[in-house]
Amino acid sequence: MADYHWPPTDKCSLIGRRISRLDGPWKSSGRIKYSYDVNRPNMLHGKMVFSPYAHAKVVSIDTSAAEKMPGVKAVEIMTEPGKEVFWEGHEVVAIAAETEEQARDAARRIQIRYEKLPHLVSDAAPDKAGEHTKQLAEQTDGNPDQNLQQAEVVSEGEYGSSVITHCCLEAHGQVAEWDGDNLTMYASTQNVSGIPGELAKANIVTSADKVRVLTPVMGGGFGSKFGADTWGLACARLAKKAGRPVKMMLERDQELMAAGARPSMYAKVKVGAKKDGTLVGWASESWGTGGPDAQGGAPNLPYVVRIPDRRVRHTAVLTNIGPARAWRAPNHPQMCVITMSALEDLAAKIGMDPLDLFQKNIQMTGQLAKTYSAELEKAAELMDWKKKWHPRGDKAPGPIKKGLGLSIHTWGGAGHPSNCNCTIQPDGSVEVSLGSQDLGTGTRTVIGIITAETMGLPLEAVKVNIGDSKYPADGASGGSTTVGGVSSSTRRAATAALNQLLEKVAPSLSAQPDDLEAVDGQIRVKGNPSKAIPWKQACAKLGTSPITAAGQRQRGNDDLISSGVGGAQMAEVSVDTETGIVHVDKLVAVQDCGLVIDLKTAESQVYGALIMGITYSLFEEKIMDEQTGRCLNADLEFYKLAGIGDFGDIVVHMMTGPGYDERGVIGLGEPPVVSPGAAISNAVANAIGVRVPTIPLTPDKVLAALEKGAVA
Amino acid sequence: MEPFEYAHPSTKQEAIGLLGSNWNDAAVLAGGTDLLSLMKEYVVTPKRLVNIKNILDLNGIRSGAEGLTIGALVTMEELLEDKTIRSEFPALTHAAQGITSPQIRSVGTVGGDLCQRPRCWYFRNGYGLLAKDESGRSLVPEGENRYHAILGNSGPAYFVNPSSLAPALLALGAKLQLAGAKGQREVSAAEFFVIPKSDGQRENVLQPNEVLTSIVIPASSRGLRSATYEVRHKTALDWPLAAAAVALKLEGGKVTAARIVLGHVAPIPWPADNAAKELVGKAINESVAASAGEAAVRGAKPLSQNAYKVKLAKVAVKRALLAAAKGGA
Repeated sequence: MADYHWPPTDKCSLIGRRISRLDGPWKSSGRIKYSYDVNRPNMLHGKMVFSPYAHAKVVSIDTSAAEKMPGVKAVEIMTEPGKEVFWEGHEVVAIAAETEEQARDAARRIQIRYEKLPHLVSDAAPDKAGEHTKQLAEQTDGNPDQNLQQAEVVSEGEYGSSVITHCCLEAHGQVAEWDGDNLTMYASTQNVSGIPGELAKANIVTSADKVRVLTPVMGGGFGSKFGADTWGLACARLAKKAGRPVKMMLERDQELMAAGARPSMYAKVKVGAKKDGTLVGWASESWGTGGPDAQGGAPNLPYVVRIPDRRVRHTAVLTNIGPARAWRAPNHPQMCVITMSALEDLAAKIGMDPLDLFQKNIQMTGQLAKTYSAELEKAAELMDWKKKWHPRGDKAPGPIKKGLGLSIHTWGGAGHPSNCNCTIQPDGSVEVSLGSQDLGTGTRTVIGIITAETMGLPLEAVKVNIGDSKYPADGASGGSTTVGGVSSSTRRAATAALNQLLEKVAPSLSAQPDDLEAVDGQIRVKGNPSKAIPWKQACAKLGTSPITAAGQRQRGNDDLISSGVGGAQMAEVSVDTETGIVHVDKLVAVQDCGLVIDLKTAESQVYGALIMGITYSLFEEKIMDEQTGRCLNADLEFYKLAGIGDFGDIVVHMMTGPGYDERGVIGLGEPPVVSPGAAISNAVANAIGVRVPTIPLTPDKVLAALEKGAVA
Repeated sequence: MEPFEYAHPSTKQEAIGLLGSNWNDAAVLAGGTDLLSLMKEYVVTPKRLVNIKNILDLNGIRSGAEGLTIGALVTMEELLEDKTIRSEFPALTHAAQGITSPQIRSVGTVGGDLCQRPRCWYFRNGYGLLAKDESGRSLVPEGENRYHAILGNSGPAYFVNPSSLAPALLALGAKLQLAGAKGQREVSAAEFFVIPKSDGQRENVLQPNEVLTSIVIPASSRGLRSATYEVRHKTALDWPLAAAAVALKLEGGKVTAARIVLGHVAPIPWPADNAAKELVGKAINESVAASAGEAAVRGAKPLSQNAYKVKLAKVAVKRALLAAAKGGA
């Protein structure tokens, strides 16, 4: 019988290779449809009216004029009079009309009266936020105060990162279509299997089995698309009222205002060390946003480098900036900026290369210490760190200063619950079905690779069915949990199906099922390639009965997967000290994630994360106007995203082989996006000799920092 | 977008006849890269769009005795590809190079670049050109003004002129041809832009029933050395934080005449005439260029968040001067 454990990677023909994604040609040619592209016969278009105020009570809503507008077919109140709205862009009414333009024009005829309420859209200082604050945590371990007092070197600083948004290429939204009591949702979602239950709970349908969610592909979620969302419910209700399908996708301004805001985090930090770099104590007072109800939790500082003696206090600032939603590695990029910046400043104060300071204290990173050490070494080699690094302040003549910075990070990435059905047909065709979505990471391809590897078939021989809630249930894609979940369930389902086939085939090879293997398109006797039968002939022995087997990610410990990764990144920047403009010349990422199924899509995840990282390090921030409470850059003109010319050389190295492969599959989506902010900020400090306290590293902040402490 | 009437005349006269006496009556449509966004956001709601793209004589770049005439419909791409402009008026080519969007380069026109509305986010969010709240108070001085004006900002206007080409055109002494019901008139590029003093005023001298038809760079500017330097945060499409265009007459390595014009720092392209005068008789080097930068921003009054733009404007002047002295025609 075939063993479900992962084969050694040197025996694999597909696993661990660089394989192009299966849906690449479909996407680039437009043959596969995103929710945004779905157009159903007789479909209406939905638009929402949203609050222009950061905080207000809805007093009254008059939709009568709008309902008389041309093309209008249905209106749905999303926030009833008497209820409050908590940010600009908070949805109040939805309207469906024959065309998008008619819906938009009619939406403007809806009369909503508001009672304005006090708002807070500044997260600058908790002491000025008055009652809009919530003390989240205070924790002391060991003797931080005493240690800091006695430390040979103490560095103090203020660090942080702004509120940003997700900027998914595909907006939030869906097409809703009813057939009697049955509802089909073409939704751009990170949770195909979970949406039906959510719609049933909201009484949109009588039971979850009446809902079918279809998401064959989707254009990114990054943590902002877990739920059906109020617009999903409203879209289904509009479709019901109108008796016609309705498409309602958010427009870019609403994406930026209301579809998710990554909380900010700032901290005043004091960190102490011996002259040799040994860290002895940490104290931080941090604060940040988390939406009007301060979700998001308290940070666990210091990040990764767990200085045993520490005192941490965190205050949440309750703001009307927008709804906090998980953003790729929630809290980690923010904690990373604070911690790695503080440690780099300390190294500079000691006069030590930060690479040496991190290696010196590597044991504080815990059980991944060996991994971090090896990754830092590899990153240093790829960056040529030892040759290029200089103490703070580039002494080269001219306004352009170059510098290096580094950072390390971690993430869990254990697989989520996952179920897979694998079917082998008598004609030899193989099909696997999972309710999982592919957010664009390569999930579909990974599933195909594992199935084909298990069956000893080429990738093209396997059909992968995902993105449909009628398939076996799969978890939401959040927290880098998808690849672990689907890898385990797929491998188990495929192995179980194969074993049924081996039992059928064994007699004709005069062998026991245990002695057979599926390799190179054949079923053959292990160690005797001459005793073999081609795959198709083998399957023909099934007669008229296909095989179907189920696989499930095991509860608790699952020996095909694990969790806990480390990564190291190094940045090289050029700073124009006359203009304050930072350019990232090179960014090196060294990352482990256990057993890599597809090296190409894994590397692609890291490339994407680094580009996202450069963007949030240099450009992104949600700019709020305290006077009006409004988001002033709810567009991609002033909510700035990097373009192709804005990132330099990107180098990705995946840690694979002995010591990594045998850990099994671990998620990769989040970890590489954690470090860029810290690495780039540290590189800028190294270049110009002074810390720019917060990201994004915009010209005004860089020039202000330079003015405070001129280049050394 | 509100419904509108759509007209596509094929002559200037027809076009002018289709425009109205109020701004809301009609709007001129060329590349549409700005106008359509404004309409989609309901910032402007013209009753009629007059598409001028079928008026053939608004196209083309022609070199003649009077100088170089650039039709208002010339696209940024055509401007960039023009060899005469590249060799004789590099400041203009540099400015167009700063528009790093293939889409805007392909359809955006020279006339549109000059007539586009300010990017001030209060204006774009519906608070009017002068960015006032319900009580009539300007939101800019105590608001988010990191991209606003540092010069010519005594109020009530705080926005910055968004044109990429205007500083270079002012530096090169260009003239703009305007066609209206009463015939053709010519204004200098400098006279074209104005700082509005009250509600209802616009940021240039165009009347609602006038069309910008062409731009003429006088023959006398042919021997000048010119350059534009923009400070942009991003390499990808982004608005300059500050820009400077310069044009120099050099004899024996010394400046005999100069023009310096700042962009994106004031509600109009900002001529720094005193700084230019100080250059006369000098050879351009790093320190002379830096002093000119200092002189160009003398009198700047930064708002609460934009003092950094003063530095950027200085650097832009310095770098533009050094580039002009080194290269150019």
